[in-house]
Amino acid sequence: MAYQTSVGNTLYSFPDLKTLLAKASPARSGDYLAGLAAATYEERMAAKIALADVPLKTFLNEALIPYEQDEVTRLIIDRHDTNAFAPISHLTVGDLRDWLLLDSTDSVTLAAVAPGITPEMAAAVSKLMRNQDLILVARKCRVITRFRNTIGLPGHLSVRLQPNHPTDDVRGIAASLLDGLFYGSGDATVGINPASDSLPTLMRLWQMMDEVRQHFDIPMQSCVLTHVTTQIQAIEAGAPIDLVFQSIAGSEKTNASFGVSLAILREAHEAALSLQRGTVGDNCMYFETGQGSALSAGGHHGVDQQTCEARAYAVAREFRPLLVNTVVGFIGPEYLYDGKQIIRAGLEDHFCAKLLGLPMGCDVCYTNHAEADQDDMDSLLTLLGAAGISFIMGIPGADDIMLNYQSTSFHDALYLRSVLGLKRAPEFDAWLTRMAITEASGALREIGRGHHLLKQLPFVSGAA
Amino acid sequence: MDLIQHNPWDELRAHTSARIALGRVGSSLPTAEVLKFGLAHAQARDAVHRPLDFATLRSQLEAHGFRCLQVASDAPDRPTYLLRPDKGRRLQAPCAARLQQEAPAPELAMVLADGLSAIAIQRHALPLLELFRQHFDTDWANTPVVLAEQGRVAIGDGIGEALRARLVIVMIGERPGLSSPDSLGIYLTYQPRPGMMDSQRNCISNVRPEGLPYALAAHKLDFLARQALRLRLSGVELKDDSSLQNVLSN
Repeated sequence: MAYQTSVGNTLYSFPDLKTLLAKASPARSGDYLAGLAAATYEERMAAKIALADVPLKTFLNEALIPYEQDEVTRLIIDRHDTNAFAPISHLTVGDLRDWLLLDSTDSVTLAAVAPGITPEMAAAVSKLMRNQDLILVARKCRVITRFRNTIGLPGHLSVRLQPNHPTDDVRGIAASLLDGLFYGSGDATVGINPASDSLPTLMRLWQMMDEVRQHFDIPMQSCVLTHVTTQIQAIEAGAPIDLVFQSIAGSEKTNASFGVSLAILREAHEAALSLQRGTVGDNCMYFETGQGSALSAGGHHGVDQQTCEARAYAVAREFRPLLVNTVVGFIGPEYLYDGKQIIRAGLEDHFCAKLLGLPMGCDVCYTNHAEADQDDMDSLLTLLGAAGISFIMGIPGADDIMLNYQSTSFHDALYLRSVLGLKRAPEFDAWLTRMAITEASGALREIGRGHHLLKQLPFVSGAA
Repeated sequence: MDLIQHNPWDELRAHTSARIALGRVGSSLPTAEVLKFGLAHAQARDAVHRPLDFATLRSQLEAHGFRCLQVASDAPDRPTYLLRPDKGRRLQAPCAARLQQEAPAPELAMVLADGLSAIAIQRHALPLLELFRQHFDTDWANTPVVLAEQGRVAIGDGIGEALRARLVIVMIGERPGLSSPDSLGIYLTYQPRPGMMDSQRNCISNVRPEGLPYALAAHKLDFLARQALRLRLSGVELKDDSSLQNVLSN
């Protein structure tokens, strides 16, 4: 079905829904690279105007990627909750924006409709929203998840401690881990991106983190970000795995390029659940996503990169994750060119995920060939803090020496807490106070040479 | 008066080059650390945008007895190069025609592409090529060394095909990290032709004195090149079993 709108004497026609969505998407290099972006500013606005009039029901009848060809489409359609959708089923995309912004549309209402909203509806409405709309509505969404602590409470912010090392040196990783703990980071997870994929190397990483956690009785969860099939193997071999990680995307073909499918993810989820390692909850999956991955893998089916990204959240939603992380600026300037595009994408991803009911965090980041710098990251970080982001990354000095990109630091998290009054996960916060790392107020204490944790350094080296 | 709250765990720096124990002023980074980070980022940014001095590199290579040719990709400038990876992978049509007129490669075609870090090629390409020449026995006098401007890895496919090479070896500037603005990558592709998949290549990455040193890189390259020619393939089916221990102990 074609979608049309006239601007003056020009008739703009869009042959199908995916073309309409792509042309309505805010400008970004990846959609130009794919040949999907609007050709002019006016065409982009014409597409937005036409999109505003599309009834939400259309998204249930016109699949962007055919149902028969794609298991993510099947998941989206088969899991759609008609009852939850009922209160908004009569709305158009433009109406949905208005409805979301109403004062009367509160946290409880948003949580109730979440299962009735498809990723495509979320992506569509985001294209009509300004940055402040994305912040305002995301802030109203409450998504709370639990494993050994509680993530996502209002007024709280967690941090994934990312202590990577280029050769997986266990002492090097432990050094960054300690640095992060002393700076009050690590309540979302301690998650290592390993350089190696050899099982013995990975086993040492899981064991080291588990020994440190148990020795100091830290209410945290750890994770090694290796392929999900390797983690299933490791669970069978007895590895102490808290969270199971995987990168996911919004089409079956893209997921296949990552070596995963819904069936493999289901197997991994069941394996993780079987360990029953959570103490306050059983959300045990950690997913990463990012705009551009579908095009990069040749799996976008002519769908714009932001809509592809939102479809990945349907995959995440299926497995009740503890954490979902959009690694927004990692992919490079051919997908998100500069600070402006990275900031917009970060806000869109956070909004869409929260609207769909996911515990969304963001790796606020960029590579050195993108037109961006730490000032842009400060802006996005602050905006996401205002939007109620569930967690951010904590990397020593914001410099990942393994993955060669820049993200946010332990200091950056302290900045955000200070400016916006955001607290850590309560269980972790209590531990920090008990360990005399923070004051009861949450502020860092001065750490002297005689500090308990420092005196235990030989233990940490021993764990290595 | 010391304004900075120092961290008494700086001894842990012995175990990692990560930016740990930076200290703080309030919640924030001390000025010296902000400046250090800014300098590293500036160097990485410059590495991306600084053009490769092809004339100097060419004369150095020729002085060392290498047979040099020069080509360009379809990306006319750096902004296009960054936005359109497809153009950086494609050999400019007139260059392809010109290469076909050249004497064919006896066995190997070497490609030096600026990639995302010109200084990686400027600093490391010549010493690496010299070491590789010592290891690897081929008709070096006639082996073409092709300098490729605004090139990505796959530009080697078109170059290798035009020169009828059995194996193309692309040395290219990698995406600069904050503490590694001059990292060089090496890619080997057997029987190159446009449209090759990444899974059909072998890669040696992070070549620089502080990363993978020249001697080790040349040793790995020699091993992979010999194996690729012997097995008539490259990529995932060709495993890097080169025994680095031998090199390290020598």
